[in-house]
Amino acid sequence: MKPIFMTYTKKDLINLAVCMILSVLIIPTFIKTEYWYTSILIPWLCLALATIGQQIVMGYTGQLALGAAGFMAAGAFAMFNLILRVPDLGFVGSLIVSGLIAAAFGILFGLPSLKVRGIYLMVATLASQFFIIWMIDKFGWFKNYDSSGIITAQDIVILGKPFTTPLAMYFVCLAVTTILTLLAMNMARGSTGRNWMAVRDMDIAAESMGVSLLRTKVQAFAISAFYCGVAGALFAFCYLKSLEPVAFDIKLSFKILFMCILGGLGTINGAFIGAAFILLFPVLLNAIGNNVFHGAIDATIISSIEQVIFGLLMIIFMIYEPLGMAKLWENLKQSMKSKLSSSGIKSVKSPVFKK
Amino acid sequence: MANELLFFMEVLVGGLLAGTMYSLVALGFVLIFKASATFNFSQGAMVFFSVLAFCGFMQDFNIPFVLAFILAALLMVVVGLCTERLVLRPLMNASEDTVLMATIGLGYVLEGLAQAAWGVEVRRLDLGIGDFPVPWIADNLKLFISALDITAGLVAAIMIIGLFLLFKYTKIGLGLRAVADDAGAASSIGIPLKHIMLLVWSAAGVVALVAGCMWGARAGVQFALVDLALKALPVLIIGGFSSIPGAIIGGLIIGAVEKILEVYIGPFFGGAIEGWAPYVLAIFFLLYRPEGLFGEKIIRRV
Repeated sequence: MKPIFMTYTKKDLINLAVCMILSVLIIPTFIKTEYWYTSILIPWLCLALATIGQQIVMGYTGQLALGAAGFMAAGAFAMFNLILRVPDLGFVGSLIVSGLIAAAFGILFGLPSLKVRGIYLMVATLASQFFIIWMIDKFGWFKNYDSSGIITAQDIVILGKPFTTPLAMYFVCLAVTTILTLLAMNMARGSTGRNWMAVRDMDIAAESMGVSLLRTKVQAFAISAFYCGVAGALFAFCYLKSLEPVAFDIKLSFKILFMCILGGLGTINGAFIGAAFILLFPVLLNAIGNNVFHGAIDATIISSIEQVIFGLLMIIFMIYEPLGMAKLWENLKQSMKSKLSSSGIKSVKSPVFKK
Repeated sequence: MANELLFFMEVLVGGLLAGTMYSLVALGFVLIFKASATFNFSQGAMVFFSVLAFCGFMQDFNIPFVLAFILAALLMVVVGLCTERLVLRPLMNASEDTVLMATIGLGYVLEGLAQAAWGVEVRRLDLGIGDFPVPWIADNLKLFISALDITAGLVAAIMIIGLFLLFKYTKIGLGLRAVADDAGAASSIGIPLKHIMLLVWSAAGVVALVAGCMWGARAGVQFALVDLALKALPVLIIGGFSSIPGAIIGGLIIGAVEKILEVYIGPFFGGAIEGWAPYVLAIFFLLYRPEGLFGEKIIRRV
């Protein structure tokens, strides 16, 4: 397809326009209940952003990392301290700086990736998860010497205007997510992303082609942590409205890993699909529990069943479609197209990649 | 001075013995890795699953101790069988990372199943061995060492010697090593791959059960066991993924270093550094000796 605006094709622009109309016009017009914003749309955007971060390091660069929640915590608490101590920075400035602080942690804990891979790297990144949470927990300064353990997040004020209603917060999250998603797509398509993918597919070959492993891997970790940091700050300020290290424990890291893998490794839209699935599925399951069985099933059983289903899906996807839901969506679109066109040309079944 | 030295000894011995508990978890991991080059991330979940089932059999159905243990062990064999059939065989030709992710999923399934079947509350597990200092040692050597720690150490030693002998001197062990070396070649000369895999997963399940009993007797049978079991990963990195002695040495190192750091350096930072110290230690090992103390050198073909 020919690019018509800068390097974007017509399809890209249509997709962008559809997403924007849907999220800016249609959702605010039709969804009036606060519940949707506070419990579904806002966490969805935040977690999708964190999942994009995980995608960059795992899906694009092929480094098994398991510490997204740690970087999110770094971002969230950096944000809290920046607003508290450097009020001149403003919300947007603080958001960027807290992302950069998370990125610094990303560089530090991404360094082992130069030496090791696979599960070895996973263990190294677990260190970041436990260390960051411990650091925040143990040094009172990060929590402004608050003894209660849970700190209320400051109100979001941008250019003197408060953004405190659910709808306003939704727009804040939407704006940040949109900008960062577009950036991520650009990076993934450009030379940066091609370097990442070259390293993922065969690092030694990439190196012999002149791709610097040091630069590429550290860059991927830094950018990934930046995304996670920003996502963490938004998660704390728009969704939780409080800051506590426990909210960013290893379970959240696993959740983001699941979003990333089930959504589809190495895809940006997979991050959104995966996040939506992992967030909505428990809601659906609870609704079934309440409405079909009228609360006859214990809530703990429901959450256990949810865990079993996530695990099963993970196994099933690994066996049948390692590229996740984004790939299923792609296949669905393909088959729809070939049915609609009815020209008799069958769409070529896209090859399933299996090593 | 003598008191300080005694205190240090106590910390050290306590750490070493606690480390054997990590070794027990790591052992199950090594077994599977040795035979199938699979990183079984669900080993921690297996620990939790098996010991919760064991407790459930004993406490909910009033089955006697020994019978409940056998039932739980049989259950782990069934889990091993299902895993081999439903997860590993379809992923036979998949990449390492894919299998690893599938085992993360398997871990989730096991955790969820265990909690759905037996509930989420913390269960007490009484093995009849108290978690208090042994009076004889306390009187004679002036060291306060828990009886449970000593038992765990002994159990770990017995299992490791047993497994070591199994791998080294039996036909099954030879088959296991052959499969680990090259699964394709091993099956082509008639080593039954399916049986070997089933055997290994069952053995790992039983090891998980034993580890779970030790942990459960100390900390209560609860979900936190899964997080504790994660510490087996740094143990493996230090010891090497494919070495049974490595698992125990790694466990000892982690146990001792973690306790010593916690007691002597921890107070300066507000404590609880044992949560991350093993991982940081593992990173340093990774930088200098990625294959671990006893592991085989990692050679990647290009």
